[in-house]
Amino acid sequence: MAEERRQKQCSVVLPTESMKAMAESVGVGQLQEESCVALSEEVSYRIKEIAQDALKFMHHGKRRKLTTSDIDNALKLKNVEPLYGFQSQEFIPFRFASGGGRELHFYEEKEVDLSDIINTPLPRVPLDVSLKAHWLSIEGVQPSIPENPPPAPKEQQKAESTEPLKVVKPGQEEEGTIQGKSQGATAPDGKGQYLEKGLIRLKPRSTHELSVEQQLYYKEITEACVGSCEAKRAEALQSIATDPGLYQMLPRFSTFISEGVRVNVVQNNLALLIYLMRMVKALMDNPTLYLEKYLHELIPAVVTCIVSKQLCLRPDVDNHWALRDFAARLMAQSCKTFSTTTNNIQSRITKTFTKSWLDDKTQWTTRYGCIAGLAELGPDVIKTLILPRLAVEGARIKAVMEGPVVSNIDKIGADHVQSLLLKHCASVIAKIRPQPDNVEQYRTDYGYLGPMLCSHVMKARTQAALQAQQVNRTTLTITQVHLILRKIYLDKSVVVRKLCNELFSYHCSTSSLQYHLNVKHVAVSTRANVGYDSPGTGK
Amino acid sequence: MAAVQSGMGEGVEEKDIKTEPASDGFGNNNANDGRLVSTSPGSNAPAASNKPVAGGPPEDQQTLLAVLQFLRKNKLTESVEILRREAGLPEDDLDPNGADSSGAGTGGAAGSVDSDAGDASSLLTRVTVSSSAAAQAPTKAAAGEDQPDVSVVLSAYSQQGDPALYEVYYSSLKRFIETVLDCHRAELSQVFYPLFVHMYLELVYNNHENEAKAFFEKFSGDQECYYEDDLRVLSSLTKKEHMRGNETLLDFRTSKFVLRISRDSYQLLKRHLQERQNNQIWNIIQEHLYIDIFDGMPRSKSQIDAMSGSLAGEAKREANKAKVYYGLLKEPEIELPLDDEDEEAENEEGKPKKKKPKKDSMGSKSKKQDPNAPSQSRIPLPELKDSDKLDKIMYMKEATKRIRLGPDNLPSICFYSFLNAYQGLTAVDFTDDSSLIAGGFADSTVRVWSVTPKKLRKVKSAADLNLIDKESDDVLERIMDEKTASESKILYGHSGPVYGISFSPDRNYLLSSSEDGTVRLWSLQTFTCLVGYKGHNYPVWDTHFSPHGYYFVSGGHDRVARLWATDHYQPLRMFSGHLADITCTRFHPNSNYLATGSSDRTIRLWDVLNGNCVRIFTGHKGPIHALAFSPNGKFLASGATDGRVLLWDIGHGLMVGELKGHTDTIYSLRFSRDGEILASGSMDNTVRLWDAMKAFDDLETDDFTAATGHIHLQDNSQELLLGTYLTKSTPVIHLHFTRRNLLLAAGAYNP
Repeated sequence: MAEERRQKQCSVVLPTESMKAMAESVGVGQLQEESCVALSEEVSYRIKEIAQDALKFMHHGKRRKLTTSDIDNALKLKNVEPLYGFQSQEFIPFRFASGGGRELHFYEEKEVDLSDIINTPLPRVPLDVSLKAHWLSIEGVQPSIPENPPPAPKEQQKAESTEPLKVVKPGQEEEGTIQGKSQGATAPDGKGQYLEKGLIRLKPRSTHELSVEQQLYYKEITEACVGSCEAKRAEALQSIATDPGLYQMLPRFSTFISEGVRVNVVQNNLALLIYLMRMVKALMDNPTLYLEKYLHELIPAVVTCIVSKQLCLRPDVDNHWALRDFAARLMAQSCKTFSTTTNNIQSRITKTFTKSWLDDKTQWTTRYGCIAGLAELGPDVIKTLILPRLAVEGARIKAVMEGPVVSNIDKIGADHVQSLLLKHCASVIAKIRPQPDNVEQYRTDYGYLGPMLCSHVMKARTQAALQAQQVNRTTLTITQVHLILRKIYLDKSVVVRKLCNELFSYHCSTSSLQYHLNVKHVAVSTRANVGYDSPGTGK
Repeated sequence: MAAVQSGMGEGVEEKDIKTEPASDGFGNNNANDGRLVSTSPGSNAPAASNKPVAGGPPEDQQTLLAVLQFLRKNKLTESVEILRREAGLPEDDLDPNGADSSGAGTGGAAGSVDSDAGDASSLLTRVTVSSSAAAQAPTKAAAGEDQPDVSVVLSAYSQQGDPALYEVYYSSLKRFIETVLDCHRAELSQVFYPLFVHMYLELVYNNHENEAKAFFEKFSGDQECYYEDDLRVLSSLTKKEHMRGNETLLDFRTSKFVLRISRDSYQLLKRHLQERQNNQIWNIIQEHLYIDIFDGMPRSKSQIDAMSGSLAGEAKREANKAKVYYGLLKEPEIELPLDDEDEEAENEEGKPKKKKPKKDSMGSKSKKQDPNAPSQSRIPLPELKDSDKLDKIMYMKEATKRIRLGPDNLPSICFYSFLNAYQGLTAVDFTDDSSLIAGGFADSTVRVWSVTPKKLRKVKSAADLNLIDKESDDVLERIMDEKTASESKILYGHSGPVYGISFSPDRNYLLSSSEDGTVRLWSLQTFTCLVGYKGHNYPVWDTHFSPHGYYFVSGGHDRVARLWATDHYQPLRMFSGHLADITCTRFHPNSNYLATGSSDRTIRLWDVLNGNCVRIFTGHKGPIHALAFSPNGKFLASGATDGRVLLWDIGHGLMVGELKGHTDTIYSLRFSRDGEILASGSMDNTVRLWDAMKAFDDLETDDFTAATGHIHLQDNSQELLLGTYLTKSTPVIHLHFTRRNLLLAAGAYNP
């Protein structure tokens, strides 16, 4: 039992410099070193004592966070007058700064123009305490409702899919049986428990039976997603993106999507393909789902939508390019989220794209898809894979554009490929290529596309300069906010809090962050699972 | 209410003055009684009469002398007189003896008195201001003239040992214990921690700061991990000056650390120390430790670990020997209006259902008085009013519809989330019939919600009440003011966070205890404060109404639990003995006992009748935050910050189970109405259900176990765990089974 624990606490004492600084601040100069040492030891001891008492108040306040009021109460116990002016509930307004070998904690107080405060409209009053009831469990089974946490937390889903061996280790075994029970897989009875344990170990842990309600939900959702009513579809997608209880339905959704793509590609039904891709997007956006287990179905479907030769009935008129772009973005997103050294998704996908791109016989549509797919993977991929091939590709485009008219479709394809290349490459080149931009130089480097690239790069440069100015003015732009919201798999409340913190630190009133949250983001302070796109995001 | 009160008061007063026989086993307890007497003169007379009369064990006499000395010093001559008369002491043996006894440092009791008197920041100031009569005491005592007394307590540490040798002594003992036979090693290892602490304190006391630090560095890692919190306190204490007023230290000094060691092991240790002439250690063992020697097999490591962990070691075996009447009181006979029930249960299913409960209730009535139950009038209880009888009838009706719970039949859980509480929710309680819910908040308010469609209404004002026809049948309806109907009411009055809250069984009153040191009684008819009970001068952590109403208990930072009656502004009983804050309080279902849990990691069971501590349960490794009696009164469940639930057999005074699973502080525990299921709610955002029937069925309470108190705990928590229900970032701070066995849980949502 005697475990190795180094008790560092015993030596932690305030530095004597602090004593000096404090003495000076109350008008005592020239404090002797000895008295400083004595003082700092005494003060450290008292502070520890008070902290220990404050912990008591925290425990009885049923909190995990020690607040300033706990310290006040602890001081009161000792018959010491509490510190005034630190009434914040959430965080202590000290800032840390270091530099020149000195580390400082300071209390940030900014000058505020009174007229600004007077002129701002009064904020809404914080909401009053209210009581809300829900079913945590019904006869031993926890219902999947927004008020309850998702049945299988994301970490567990991840652990299941990435480390399947760990699941049956003794420590987690019991959890498995409980889950099996709570999902109503088998009626648990005292004797059967051991048996059940054995069973659980053999069969996959997620049960594949859906309750009647879930079946109904599945039917409604899938119908709405591919149906004709756009409002209904938006609602359904919103539900997929936010509902915490979809874990069990995930295999169904995944099969639905992959089968759907398979059928509709053959039938060239562009609209349905777009709907299905939006479903994929919604699934990926759901913070409670971990899709890794179903990538083998989803990735082929998505890739199909990127590179398929034909996606619509009238390739010359319909905008199937947008679908390819959208799917390519999805692909890039899943690469970012799920690619690991074991599954190598990103490199495998990259290889696939490059291979078909390099093939001379490839159609323009597929060519477009491959390039889009690669380009979305990031500037590094563009730099290493696309830029070296610009000249070759340029020649190919030139052949179509300036050569004899083969077919209208080819021409449109080449045109799209050209603008795609220009769009993606310009920003990358702007970053890696030193100024000045010389048209001739570009022509020698990139061939046919050179001159056009040159003008695009110049445009990109001026835009970047403009943007830099804007970024200086506001910490975050709307697009960035949304990007962060989409990218980061964090609880929304955390994100909103962070963003607002940024905004507030700019608006020089950090202390009212919590207040702002309470007022403006009621959703965040009351309910966690509100969709990303809800108006609560505000800014 | 009024009718009850007038009759009640006298009975209680009478009991107050009853003299209790001396009980040898409670040296510790008596010591603390002494403290009580000395520090709150207001309650002197009744408390003092609890003292054993002269001729008791010498330790008690010393305590008395010390008390007298203290009183005299503070010029409380009247109290001195009274106490001396009570104890039958001659006047002349006061002065010299008193001083000596405390100087020798033998009686922990004398020490405690002195230490209290000593430092302004210690216990004294807490209690002295407690009553009006005490007003004169604190000013003088706190002035610091008693400083020498603290030195007297601590002077026991002023031993002239070579500080450098401490490490040698300790490591030689360590080597010895590591080489003894396996069966003795676990037992002897128990002495490490108290020895370590006392040696460290000795070093600090004698100003060997560096040696003390080195000693701590070297050996603190060897101590059991559950002492970590105390070690942290200890580690910050490096100067003699700090020792004054440090409560943890005073506790250690004033109460002997209790160890249970088998005779063989003890002999082994004794022989070793005497051979080696290791007087330093031997002295500490003699002076500061209480070794409870038993005959028989030495205990195993796991047996020891199960019981240790408290601030002052295990409970002495004698401490848990007193007889406890844990049985339930006979239910008053109430005529069940049968017609009513027939109307209610018209469907075919109703018939078999109806029959069963009647049989049950008949059975319980025809049964002779349970031998383990206290006599009906052991504690004067309020008489049932008509409304109470109606409520009992309601209760029985509901009981017939109760769901039988079991492993195959888990209860549904309805969760009440407090939204927008901003981390401010500190206490919750439900009424027994689950119609009201009350919350205590950090902003000093108490809020009451109605969870049924029936809204909360105030009684009309006096002027309006005059206009009412008092003869009408629905007079109770008419007195309510419809204009005030609302779903919730806010009660303002406290000036600090409200930490404890409890409804009276008849739903007419609500108690709340707060950081401001008061307990307040609120009327749920008028929604105003009726009484502020002042007595605790420090935060009151918890309060609980007796299941029969009228009495309630409160406990807080001043380490004293108080028993009150609603119509007395002063406490009827004061229960002192805990070495740290009392964190939670619960009444036994028969109202004759109450349990208190404390930060000293013990649970004590107190007899309401005579104020004696009848059980001390040790085994938790952290402050206890939840207690629950089983409905049959036989068992107690307790939950602590260590995330474990421990189950106790009250009759035998034994630990009978350990439920592991929670990962954070357990704030609420509740047995289902029939005692089949135990629900626990924790800071880790889960509600867990445990098979209580099975936990208590598996008991091996043979005579040997009962006699020695050596328990073998099976590690079967996983088998007993029936379900875990995760909430969405909502710590579970209260649980309640409705009369039909639906589980209600409550907590504040913290996004």
